[in-house]
Amino acid sequence: MIAVSTINTLKFDPTPCTGCGMCVNVCPHGVFAMNGRVAYVVRADACMECGACQMNCPFGAIQVDSGVGCAAAMIRAALTGKHQPECGCN
Amino acid sequence: MQTNASMIRATTRALTWANRWDHFLARWSFNRMGHRIEPGLYALGHPNADAPVFVTANYTLSFDALRSALVGIDGYILVLDTQGINVWCAAGKGTFGTDELVQKIETTGLRDLVRHRTLILPQLGAPGIAAHEVTKRAKFKIEYGPVRAADLPAYLKTRQATPEMRRVNFPLLDRVVLIPVEFIATLLPLVIAAVVAFVLGGWFAAFAVIAAIVAGTVLFPILLPWLPTHAFSSKGFILGALVAIPFALSVFLKNPDQALWVRALGALTYALTLPPITAFLALNFTGATTFTSRTGVRREMFAYIPAMAWTFGTGIALTIIFASIRILGGAQ
Repeated sequence: MIAVSTINTLKFDPTPCTGCGMCVNVCPHGVFAMNGRVAYVVRADACMECGACQMNCPFGAIQVDSGVGCAAAMIRAALTGKHQPECGCN
Repeated sequence: MQTNASMIRATTRALTWANRWDHFLARWSFNRMGHRIEPGLYALGHPNADAPVFVTANYTLSFDALRSALVGIDGYILVLDTQGINVWCAAGKGTFGTDELVQKIETTGLRDLVRHRTLILPQLGAPGIAAHEVTKRAKFKIEYGPVRAADLPAYLKTRQATPEMRRVNFPLLDRVVLIPVEFIATLLPLVIAAVVAFVLGGWFAAFAVIAAIVAGTVLFPILLPWLPTHAFSSKGFILGALVAIPFALSVFLKNPDQALWVRALGALTYALTLPPITAFLALNFTGATTFTSRTGVRREMFAYIPAMAWTFGTGIALTIIFASIRILGGAQ
């Protein structure tokens, strides 16, 4: 796994990638693109760590610590002593 | 397996006034968790065995956005039980998830209604669904449709989403519709803060605090892309400073016969207290946006919350000192 950005936790390993293109389809910020037979990272810093790519990669080529990018949720988690922040909105 | 036709509910593309009223209430945080429809299978129009199957959440805004967008399309809508939460947030929580989808495919008897084995999911459901898992377990292929339901008719023509359909933007209208929820969420703190400010500094101070809070909840979402700097907190500090300037100036200029240091101290209380209020609310808006990452927000919190606490704390300390001086001064 190779870290691709200094400002988020996205990691990508092109070795197991088969080029199915699922990561390109699910990413809402155009982080991935197809480079002939495999995917590659084009906008690494745009990743919002939603986890859709990791979830939908059948080959385990993507890793990201997904979670809510929400300050209110993290503050709430800190105040209530919960480890994992959960969003309270809908 | 026998298909139970009575399990299929009928729905239409038309949004009624009752639907629109329900959307309005949801946007204003009224009965926040109560905007639900029954999970299960719905028939839109008169779908046949080849009709497309769409999957969505049981939040009325999600369901209604989907069905009203499907102009001229007969199909099935499979509604997952996300407890009244929209697709994106439910996917994050896992309720719009692989298990729930597989279970709904089984319990609704979808397999016996359609000849094909394809489901069209909203792209924003992807953080909760492992498409290959669903295929393995339920033998249905997942197709991620566009981000916005409004793009579905165009998508269905080619079954290909353009890069534009796959991208999440956060245009003005999308930001503006969030304002009521933000505003309502701060209503109680706003009243309390205004009362405290009134006690400390009268109507003027109460008005200043209200202005700082409204700037954070109403102006900030509108101005988001145009405020300079990258971090939400620094954007909020800048907006809060702009709000504080007229108040600080007016305090400074109000009583020219007072000692300069008293007028400067009075102005400083506003300049220090108001910006961190707006900045804090701006930081909290990260959760409502479509692009902030957890790592980024955490880093921002560590960088800016101490600054907010210090400026606010110093401002409050000065306010109390200033109020005491005024009371003592008035007693002379």
